[in-house]
Amino acid sequence: MDRAQADRLVDVAYTETDSPVGRLLVAVTDRGLVRVSFPRERRERVLEELAERLSPRVLEAPRRLDQVRRELDQYFLGERTEFELPLDWSLTSTPFRRKVLERTAQVPYGATISYRDAAEAAGNERAVRAAGTALGTNPIPIVVPCHRVLRTGGALGGYGGGLDAKRFLLDLELGRSTVTGE
Amino acid sequence: MAGTRSPHVKLPPFQLLLDRHSGELFRFLSASVGPVDAEDAFQETFLSALRAYPKLRDASNLRAWLFQIAHRKALDVHRVRGRNPIPVDQVPEVAVVAGGEAEPALWRAVRRLPNKQRTAVFLRFAADLDYALIGEALSCSEPAARQNVRAGLATIRKGWADG
Repeated sequence: MDRAQADRLVDVAYTETDSPVGRLLVAVTDRGLVRVSFPRERRERVLEELAERLSPRVLEAPRRLDQVRRELDQYFLGERTEFELPLDWSLTSTPFRRKVLERTAQVPYGATISYRDAAEAAGNERAVRAAGTALGTNPIPIVVPCHRVLRTGGALGGYGGGLDAKRFLLDLELGRSTVTGE
Repeated sequence: MAGTRSPHVKLPPFQLLLDRHSGELFRFLSASVGPVDAEDAFQETFLSALRAYPKLRDASNLRAWLFQIAHRKALDVHRVRGRNPIPVDQVPEVAVVAGGEAEPALWRAVRRLPNKQRTAVFLRFAADLDYALIGEALSCSEPAARQNVRAGLATIRKGWADG
């Protein structure tokens, strides 16, 4: 096949990659990383959402995700504390959610903030519940580290990948992860 | 991106289409143009489909749409051969098995049919499409599709009888 030609026609390229928190589906557009999903979200459903909201030209194209996979692997090995991937925010539909997630993206490795901090950064400290929703619908978890947002007082709160995954990621960043993330 | 999308048409992710139909499309092309050219014809089909996909206005029959494209690509192959005739019988026959069936000779007979008949026969018996869908794939009416299948079978039967 004429690969270059095919590549230009692919609007959303995705692949799946193994990680200690389960097999992740990762997707990119020309602009950057647009989606990371955990196994508890059905693969077909995730692909359908990408087709509906971005473009139906969604194709499995692992080579286009080499950098994404490399950085994720390094992160899970504890060798990377910051991602250098360009991000595509197309799946974040409101300015409020975008602000919450952008604030979250600035929380350093190993640190945490509260849902209230995230809401405040988005300009409304009383919108804690809405901030929770923004984080719960984070299309790019792990890379946009919504696992670093906790309840005031330190309780875990929620997580799209499941609380075990959230705990695993927090432990990993504090250097006390165990080998597996089961 | 996505500037060419049609509104109101819900198209599945292209990869899922491919997962579902690439096997039968490839078998169709193998039967139609032979295994040597099937690979290229398949890639051409794939690229054409991918190019046109976001602009599709009707998603109700994607399978027939894919076969329609494959049929056109098969015609292209036959057209090129018409200009540079290569006797079909000289194509190595080792792997000439369209989808692994036991009777390559039968499929060779199918391949020698006129274009529309060949596609119609294959779509009916190897891909199990009904006549309405075959009509869509061939851009003709349902009765015309039926007629092409009937004529194709008659030709094959005649060739068989003539030995």
